[in-house]
Amino acid sequence: MTTTAVKREGPAAVAPAPTVGSHLHNYWRRVRGGDIGALPAVGMLVLLSAAFSIARPSFLTAGNFANLFTQGAAVTLISMGLVFVLLLGEIDLSAGFASGVCAAVLANVVTVFGYPWYVAVLAAVATGAVIGTLLGLLVAKVGIPSFVVTLAGFLAFQGIALMLVEEGKNISVRDDVLLAIANRNLPPAVGWLLAAVAVAGYAAVQLHRHWQRSTRGLLADPIAVVLARIGALAVILGVAVFILNLERSRNVLFTSLKGVPIVVPIIAVLLIVWTFVLQRTSYGRHVYAVGGNREAARRAGINVDRIRISVFVICSGMAAVGGIVAASRANSVDPNTGGSSVLLYAVGAAVIGGTSLFGGKGRVLDAVLGGAVIAVIDNGMGLMGYSSGRKYVVTGIVLLGAATIDALSRRRAAATGNR
Amino acid sequence: MSATPLLELRGIDKSFGPVQVLRNVDFAAHPGEVTALVGDNGAGKSTLVKCISGIYPTDAGEFLFDGQPVSINGPRDAATLGIEVVYQDLALCDNLDIVQNMFLGREKRNGIVLDEPTMEQLAAETLAGLSVRTVKSLRQHVSSLSGGQRQTVAIAKAVLWNSKLVILDEPTAALGVAQTAQVLELVRRLADNGLAVVLISHNMNDVFAVSDRIAALYLGQMVAQVKSTDITHSQVVELITAGRSGSLGLPADPAPGSNGNGAEPADPTPGAVR
Repeated sequence: MTTTAVKREGPAAVAPAPTVGSHLHNYWRRVRGGDIGALPAVGMLVLLSAAFSIARPSFLTAGNFANLFTQGAAVTLISMGLVFVLLLGEIDLSAGFASGVCAAVLANVVTVFGYPWYVAVLAAVATGAVIGTLLGLLVAKVGIPSFVVTLAGFLAFQGIALMLVEEGKNISVRDDVLLAIANRNLPPAVGWLLAAVAVAGYAAVQLHRHWQRSTRGLLADPIAVVLARIGALAVILGVAVFILNLERSRNVLFTSLKGVPIVVPIIAVLLIVWTFVLQRTSYGRHVYAVGGNREAARRAGINVDRIRISVFVICSGMAAVGGIVAASRANSVDPNTGGSSVLLYAVGAAVIGGTSLFGGKGRVLDAVLGGAVIAVIDNGMGLMGYSSGRKYVVTGIVLLGAATIDALSRRRAAATGNR
Repeated sequence: MSATPLLELRGIDKSFGPVQVLRNVDFAAHPGEVTALVGDNGAGKSTLVKCISGIYPTDAGEFLFDGQPVSINGPRDAATLGIEVVYQDLALCDNLDIVQNMFLGREKRNGIVLDEPTMEQLAAETLAGLSVRTVKSLRQHVSSLSGGQRQTVAIAKAVLWNSKLVILDEPTAALGVAQTAQVLELVRRLADNGLAVVLISHNMNDVFAVSDRIAALYLGQMVAQVKSTDITHSQVVELITAGRSGSLGLPADPAPGSNGNGAEPADPTPGAVR
């Protein structure tokens, strides 16, 4: 019998307290080990922005900066919901036309039936939830692969959208509140206030966690790193709000155009809410668990079917929000709302941001970063006068590049035992 | 040695179609004791464990838990009773870290927010109690752990739950020398803390090192359940391979008909056992 085991007392983790240097070193080791996170998306964003700024100076104007947000908003919102589905290793191909159906419901309720905007918004989101429940039940309970279920949905919802807007006529949206979502800006002071609240809230959460872990004797990130993170957020938000608050009207005497577009705080709030749900609640933990190892999750007593249905509900619900923003931006809803490239852009955004198509890995922030990359490509190539054809080709190449990075980093991670 | 077993099975039958995998199995696990469940491949050990943990329904027989008859209709029932199984395929999520895996399905919360510091502390204490010294950080993903480390996490996870009966399926099969000793030490400690432990193992050294009782399955039949001190190493091997050893095990009378290679003759379907 073996008796070589040496008894060793003390806590399981007795690593020395991390310093700034060791923190950076660990981060670099994780990156080299294949845990690259959002690096490709951020890199692409910087690279593309620099390239377009050089090629077309008009890319770097405040007006165009504001345009990027309103152009990318609908795709980003749909992509945020898709992250949940992708986390389980499933796919929702119907999210684009689901957003179209929800937008058509919105337009019908507010314009044709004349109800107030909030009834229309509720109806649209409820439609999304019903669609999601249906898809989820078919996937989880009946056991049809999500690819097939949502491919069927892709076709069917396209038809429903066509029927809802009466064979091709478009329905205009004239409600002021709905139009404001994608077409109006916050007063500059409110923009600053929201940015300050966001930084203060982030600082409070980060410092509280640092303090809590330190006092409990757990390993905490060095305070310098925590402060640097808070500072970085403050700088990014500060610069963004400053640029967006610049006057960007061509004729100031005629009309003034400045402030943070209203979609920005909408995206920010949803980003915070869904990030909280994924990272800080047991529901989110269970989503990751089901995506990582469904059998292990089942044995841990997690109701796997309920999780699988719920992610489709969230995805279609977010698609509805995206549809509302799209309707607001276009001032109308037509049968092609949510069609053409919207779905592929949304999936692409999540993958470019770093969400894995294999499940188990991803964040809501990925959708925002990836959505920004796609918006920059779309916008920049438009400014350079390229045709839609070339835009699609470039976006397709970028998506392929992101998926390649995902696959390669998984292989790298498997080789180094990181995943 | 307590009088009533924590878990007692009487006359368990289980068939998969025409193949009868368990026939009239009696089994008992006592609190504060390690019961080793031994048997050759295909003897029905895993099936018996899956019946206990509610994954397979039984065809006949009764379950007594703490002396009370109970019915186990699913894994949830077994978990409610306090039965935990550490399976051979460890059932950990690779994309979650150690703490997240240990608390999976019963996270500690403040309101709706996960209470990470408390979970991390409890996990650290549990692992420290198991003398785990090879884990760099509790926040590393399980995918980066070695086989032994994963086994330790899986056992620690079962211990964290308020369990009364822990079933370990081949816990040392994939481990090195030092970690095997640690895991066995841990198995012993679980029993000393008053848990009933069932240890499935092929390794006779392990069995004799930690078990209080040995239960031997042979082609779906429980041929003996005796105290470890009342039996020798070679007797256990005979029970596993031939179904009997001296006065223990199956009756020695040769059955009419098949006389073949010593396979126990009363079995009408030995050929059907794959």
